[in-house]
Amino acid sequence: MAETTTIRPFTAAAFNQYLAERKLMTVKCVKCGGVYAPPRAICPICHGEEMEWVEASGKGKLAGFTIIYSGPTFMVEQGFDKKNPYVSGIVELEEGTFISARITGLDVSKPAEIKVGTPLKVDFVEFGEGEAKKTYLAFTSL
Amino acid sequence: MPKTRPLPRGVAMVGAGMSKFGAFAEKNSRDLFVESYKAMTKSVDKGFDPSRIEAMYVGNFSSDQFEHQAHLAPILADAVGLLPISATRVEGACASGGVALRQGVMAIASGMADVVLVGGAEKMTALKTAEVTEALATAADVAFEIPAGFTFPGFYAAMASAYMAQYGMKSEHLMNVAIKNHDNAALNPNAQFGVTIQTWMEGRVAAAIKKGKPAPTWANIWDFLHDESGNPTIAYPLRLFDCSPVSDGAAAVLLVAEEIAHQFTDHPIHIVGSAQASGSALHDRPSLTSIPAAKVAAATAYEMAGVTAKDIRIAEVHDCFTIAEVIASEDLGFFAPGEGFKAAEDGMTARNGAKPINTSGGLKAKGHPVGASGVAQAVEVFKQMRGQADARQVDGDVNLALTHNVGATGSTCAVHVFERRN
Repeated sequence: MAETTTIRPFTAAAFNQYLAERKLMTVKCVKCGGVYAPPRAICPICHGEEMEWVEASGKGKLAGFTIIYSGPTFMVEQGFDKKNPYVSGIVELEEGTFISARITGLDVSKPAEIKVGTPLKVDFVEFGEGEAKKTYLAFTSL
Repeated sequence: MPKTRPLPRGVAMVGAGMSKFGAFAEKNSRDLFVESYKAMTKSVDKGFDPSRIEAMYVGNFSSDQFEHQAHLAPILADAVGLLPISATRVEGACASGGVALRQGVMAIASGMADVVLVGGAEKMTALKTAEVTEALATAADVAFEIPAGFTFPGFYAAMASAYMAQYGMKSEHLMNVAIKNHDNAALNPNAQFGVTIQTWMEGRVAAAIKKGKPAPTWANIWDFLHDESGNPTIAYPLRLFDCSPVSDGAAAVLLVAEEIAHQFTDHPIHIVGSAQASGSALHDRPSLTSIPAAKVAAATAYEMAGVTAKDIRIAEVHDCFTIAEVIASEDLGFFAPGEGFKAAEDGMTARNGAKPINTSGGLKAKGHPVGASGVAQAVEVFKQMRGQADARQVDGDVNLALTHNVGATGSTCAVHVFERRN
């Protein structure tokens, strides 16, 4: 069942807090029903200012992807490099909105076999210990 | 929504110059800007008194990160002896130069000034490549795009993957764009990589032999471009030769009110369309194969100029990556969606083609000092429209030209239309 709550603010910090709880949350405009991820506080369609958090089903499909051989420092710290590349992608959620995410569970040694449209489900990648622990949004192939 | 209004006052470009683009350990952004300013003053046919310049707008993405120097505009104005005029730094990521140009157009069109200097400058090579990648990444949505691991090559690679899936393009098709832009840059003395890919490949073979290493046995440039040792994958499906380089450089143009243009030159280039639009993060778009802000900016600029895509003779477009040129050629209405890569393959965008694109060598081969690029595009059309592009001069009457300058994956786009009337 989708969980609905209006308690937390519609900020990156709140979105990340939900990720740490292993929840991918969308926001829904109360006035027009538009659904967004990442969160926004104001609806770009009807300009409504009342939003609510709604948990995403976690199902989606790959809209576009890349295999990155030379990533930013925080990805290098997580063990990725030329010999161990990773996949970043844009995922179309079942709810119809799109989000950037890491993509796991694909064979990076066979790039030509990775297909746009591949069905995916939400996953959460954790890195770091204690206070420094951070949870990243990921999707993995079904 | 943007509304299109005609310019309330005509604006003309009467001078344009650029520094050489490249990697210059001994030069900072101010040195490069001085070079571009001197090239600009030299280009003004009748000469002019620099004390007539009333304001300056300079495109610069991030001297803070690249040079640890914020507040660049007054420093550049001082360096070219223009104090105490107002000097404003304009930031729109890699579209900073195009946005600065538009600010200059608005200053004159509004009647606030008669003579305005527009510049662009970026000094990027003092940082290591990984640091440059991270500095550029701050132009994306740091809260919601970067945690996915995206880099700029990665964003455009994702766009390429979607384009390939939608239209059946192969990554090999993108090589046509790189080959063409290097061919053009080989004829541009200011280009960072002023060599054809053939020459580049031969240089690699010669260097290997000189070092006593086994010489690579590439049969031709296609063989070279398909080989991971010649053209390594950066962000699949994009490879090294799909990417613009890290560059230092500057550019400057002089804008004046149309009614006084004759005091500077008998061959002014009129800016008849000037538009800018904004877009979302890449993931917040209905399609990854087109840049909505570019389409809006183009439509607005065309309407302002009273022209259509068909009328444009040449265009300098934002080819930060080869796929970006293909998408630009469609967003600007030159080719139908899904046809841009075929047009590149068929030579339609070559110097002698029906719609020459990036005769300067583009960002790909001329170089991409990000804040300067949008202004350097205007420098190229100034030269081409006045028949001053030397060996790379396009045949025929280049009476209408366009520049298209994109910030990030299209969160900013500036489009300008230029006209020569005599």
